[in-house]
Amino acid sequence: MNSILSIRDVSKTYASGHAALKQINLEIERGEIFALLGPNGAGKTTLISIICGIVTRSAGEILADGRDIDREYRDVRSLIGLVPQELSTDAFESVWDTVCFSRGLFGKAPNTAYIESLLKQLSLWEKRNSRILALSGGMKRRVMIAKALSHEPKILFLDEPTAGVDVELRRDMWQMVRELREQGVTIILTTHYIEEAEEMADRIGVIRRGELILVEDKNELMNKLGRKELRVQLQSPLEVVPEPLAEFNLSLSEDGQTLTYHFDAQHEHTGIAELIRRLGQQGLDFKDLQSRQSSLEEIFVSLVGDQR
Amino acid sequence: MNIHGILAIYRFEMARTRRTLMQSIISPVLSTSLYFIVFGTAIGSRMGEIDGIEYGAYIIPGLLMLSLLSESISNASFGIFFPKFSGTIYEVLSAPVSPLEVVIGYVGAAATKSVMIGTLILLTARIFVDYSLDHPLWVITFLLLTSITFSMFGFIIGIWADDFQKLQLIPLMVITPLTFLGGAFYSITMLPEPWQSLSLFNPVVYLISGLRWAFYGAADVNLGVSLSMTLLFLFLCLSGTWWIFRTGYKLKQ
Repeated sequence: MNSILSIRDVSKTYASGHAALKQINLEIERGEIFALLGPNGAGKTTLISIICGIVTRSAGEILADGRDIDREYRDVRSLIGLVPQELSTDAFESVWDTVCFSRGLFGKAPNTAYIESLLKQLSLWEKRNSRILALSGGMKRRVMIAKALSHEPKILFLDEPTAGVDVELRRDMWQMVRELREQGVTIILTTHYIEEAEEMADRIGVIRRGELILVEDKNELMNKLGRKELRVQLQSPLEVVPEPLAEFNLSLSEDGQTLTYHFDAQHEHTGIAELIRRLGQQGLDFKDLQSRQSSLEEIFVSLVGDQR
Repeated sequence: MNIHGILAIYRFEMARTRRTLMQSIISPVLSTSLYFIVFGTAIGSRMGEIDGIEYGAYIIPGLLMLSLLSESISNASFGIFFPKFSGTIYEVLSAPVSPLEVVIGYVGAAATKSVMIGTLILLTARIFVDYSLDHPLWVITFLLLTSITFSMFGFIIGIWADDFQKLQLIPLMVITPLTFLGGAFYSITMLPEPWQSLSLFNPVVYLISGLRWAFYGAADVNLGVSLSMTLLFLFLCLSGTWWIFRTGYKLKQ
């Protein structure tokens, strides 16, 4: 596997005794977008913080681009950019100064042309001389991203990147993430917006109570765990599901107008043709048929929802 | 060595000084000038000489040291405390900078400010009091050593402090009393026993005494002892800083 990040048996127990991470093993492939999902307190931010050097791990080993994150911390940290969850910026600095500060801190020589193109890419150029405290929440989030990208990292961590931003900005950020991936940047994101992971991620990891319970290709995950359903809109409402249709385990909506049939899309015989035939035999006319696949959010909830 | 990283921290801190020029530079110079006016010109003219030095000139090293200590500590402590308070410390912790480079950046900037303030105070003092510099190189040495040592001490306080009250606790409750009782306005030989002997446990005595010798060639304590004690404080602060980064005390969980 062409891993850019190898996390091996990483554990973290805080001084309070809370075990935040339990023997995490994870390989992040070069150039992929990996979404780490989990409920609040599952350990997502702790894992990212350990990789970035902000939190000390209790056990395990982490290699970034084949280098140990402790022994070769200079090389490793130069590769990594982090957009933290909190909007932590120096309120009194200008956008330009704070981005230049980040680039210098990560050991890169000043490059005004690069910073200019970065600020333009993030629609921050007009605000380059503004103090950060004067910016809106969305613009501050862009500044955080600009700071993280200022030293041209190869690995980018986005910890809840679109928390609290409007729909338009969220779409812009998704586009920016795709462009970064095209430039060869590996992206690891945590998010509460499952739609975000569904939209962008190549692979999904689900973390729960400090344990990585699942790592799967997004499409495979959705095919494997996702259910498909067929909704039949009837011409005339029913009071109950007719007995001859019982074997299909249909559910009837409250208004009696819609029958819902769940089926396995991977199975050779979905049973749809037989259902349609039986509906005809029962004299049940329908005015519409809708087929939909369960979302990643529904899969996620089924994985962790009942164990929060 | 990550030179760009050191410069980034240094410039960031110096930019903060420029943004807060009134508070960072003008205010300490102004308040020290008031001491020169009151104790040097007004009261000092009615007081006798100490060790053959006019009172107004005698208190200059002590007042200079008072400003250097308080400004070095407050600048460096705030410099590292504020990123902790605002959360921006994550960037320094995740950057490819070594602990030594972080300290050089923050302490270097705080010490630079202190030396700037010290120089301005010396120039301002000239307006009110006539003084000499018998050993200018030693004046520079003590200015630099004190600024660096107490900036590092301030850095440690900034990491230790969890809130603004703790940040002010040591400068106000420890450093200022020790400076006033460390011979800033008098020679400790003027004190009766046991206060004279007890004063020798006050570390600030050695700093003021060393600087006063550099100014006028006269001091309460031998130059070698003053220099040794100053270097000892520097070593203690270096050890404390090294321990903080080795253990991640109050920086990393």
